[in-house]
Amino acid sequence: MPNNQTMYDKGKVVVGLCIFVILVTFPVWYNLGKAAPAPELVLSDKAKAAKECVEETSYMKAEHMQILDVWRDTVVRDAKRVYVNSKGKEYEMSLSNTCLDCHVEKAQFCDKCHDYASVTPYCWDCHIDPKEMK
Amino acid sequence: MNLNYLYSLIVVIVLFLLAYVGVALPGGKTLFGVIIPYLAIITFIVGFCLRVVGWARLPVPFRIPTTCGQQKSLPWIKSANIDNPSTTGGVILRMILEIVFFRSLFRNTKCELKEGDKLSYEWEKWLWMGSLAFHWAFFTVLVRHMRFFLEPVPACLQLLDKLDGFLQIALPGLMLSGAVLLAAVIFLFLRRLWIPHVRYISLASDFFPLFLIMGIAITGILMRYFTKVDIVGIKEFTMGLVTFNFHIPEGVGGLFYTHLFFVSILFAYFPFSKLMHLGGIFMSPTRNLTTNSREKRHANPWNYPVKVHTYQQYEDEFREKMVEAGLPVEKMPEPEPPEEPVAPEEPEDSEEKE
Repeated sequence: MPNNQTMYDKGKVVVGLCIFVILVTFPVWYNLGKAAPAPELVLSDKAKAAKECVEETSYMKAEHMQILDVWRDTVVRDAKRVYVNSKGKEYEMSLSNTCLDCHVEKAQFCDKCHDYASVTPYCWDCHIDPKEMK
Repeated sequence: MNLNYLYSLIVVIVLFLLAYVGVALPGGKTLFGVIIPYLAIITFIVGFCLRVVGWARLPVPFRIPTTCGQQKSLPWIKSANIDNPSTTGGVILRMILEIVFFRSLFRNTKCELKEGDKLSYEWEKWLWMGSLAFHWAFFTVLVRHMRFFLEPVPACLQLLDKLDGFLQIALPGLMLSGAVLLAAVIFLFLRRLWIPHVRYISLASDFFPLFLIMGIAITGILMRYFTKVDIVGIKEFTMGLVTFNFHIPEGVGGLFYTHLFFVSILFAYFPFSKLMHLGGIFMSPTRNLTTNSREKRHANPWNYPVKVHTYQQYEDEFREKMVEAGLPVEKMPEPEPPEEPVAPEEPEDSEEKE
C-alpha cells in the first residue's frame, strides 16, 4: 500500500504552491509599508466660493463624464453652447472655459481621482490644459 | 427533468438577498466588507494548498501515453513531440498549450446518429470557444480589478485597461472583457440547459458557479455603467483590506457589498468544488508526464516484494536430477565424468510423457 504521507515530486509541488500563494497575496506585498491615502481634492477659491458645480456634487461625482459627453456632442453636432442646469442656471458648455475656469489646476483636481482609480479619460487627447502647455 | 439548475439559482438568489439585506443591518458592513472577505480568502488559500498536497500524495507510477500522437520509439518513426512528448521541453510546451489554449478541449468531438442510423463524429468547437472566451475574459477582469488593490497602479494595468476599452463605446468606457465574460457564462449555462445529454449529466454543482459568476458580472456591470458607485471610496476600502487598515466607505450601497459577497463565496467555495481544476490542470498525469515508457522502466512504488525463483536457480537445484531424467539443461554439470552421456537419452523419450 502507498504511504499516505509521501508527497511525490515534492520540490515541484511546493514551488508551485509558493508561486500560487505569492500571486494571491501579491497586493499585500506590493503595498507593504506604503501609505496610500485617498486623494484630497484641492478646490480653488473660485470653486469654493461657487459652492456648487453646474449640478449637485453627488451628481457631478457620478455623472460628470456623461455631462461632458453630452456637452461635446451638443456643441460639435448642434452648435449649441448653452447648458441649462436643473435649477435653470445657464452655463457655457466648455471644458476649457467653464470647467477649468473654476477647477483651475487639472493636476490638483481631475488627475487626483483619475490617477488613484487608474482612469485615463480621453478628454486630453484633444483638449489641452493651458497650465500644462506653459 | 433535471431541476438542478433551479436549486443553484435559488441558492444564488438567497445569497444575494442575504448580502443586500444584511448590509443594511447594524454591523453588516463590517461583516460583509471585512470579516467574510478575509475568511473567504483564507479558506481559499489553505483549502487550495491542501487539495494540491492531497493530490501530490497519490502515486502516479506509470506514464499515460495519450493516443493523440505517435510516441517516440525508433528513430525512423516520426513521433509527435508535443502531443506525446518524450522530453521535459515537450511536456512544458504541451502544458502551456493546454493551460493557455485548452488544446485537448479543442479536439472535442460530438458523436451522434445522423439520418437515422449513421454514426458520425463531428468536431465540436463551440464548447472550446465558449470556455476560452469565458476563461480569458474572467482572467482579464480579475487582473483589471488589481487597480483597486495596488497603489500606485502599475503602468501595465493602465495599458490593459486601454486595450480592454479600445472601442471607446459609452461612458464610462465599455470594457470588452466584462461583456464577453457575461455573454460567455450565459452561453455555457444555456449549453447545459439546452443540450439534452449535457443537461442529463449536469449537477447543481455545475450550475452554481455559473450562476454565481453571472451574479458577479451583473452586479459589477450594474455598478460600473448604471447605478454608479463612489470609486474613490471603494478604492480606499479595498486598499484598507490589503494594508490591514480598514476603512468602511460611506454612501456605498448594497450592490457593492453583494458583489463583494458573491466574490467571497466564490473564493470560499473554490477549494471544495470543481473549480479546483485551476490547480488540477497542473497536476493532471495525462498532461504533465513525459511518455518515455519505451525508454525507461517506471517501477510501481506499491509493489510488494515478490519471492522469485528464476529458471537458473531452478536448474541449479535440480540439474543432476534433470540430467538423470534426460531433460535438456542449459549448463551441463562439469565434474560429471563423461561415462554415459548417450545411454540415458534413449529412455528419455518414453519418460517425457509423464
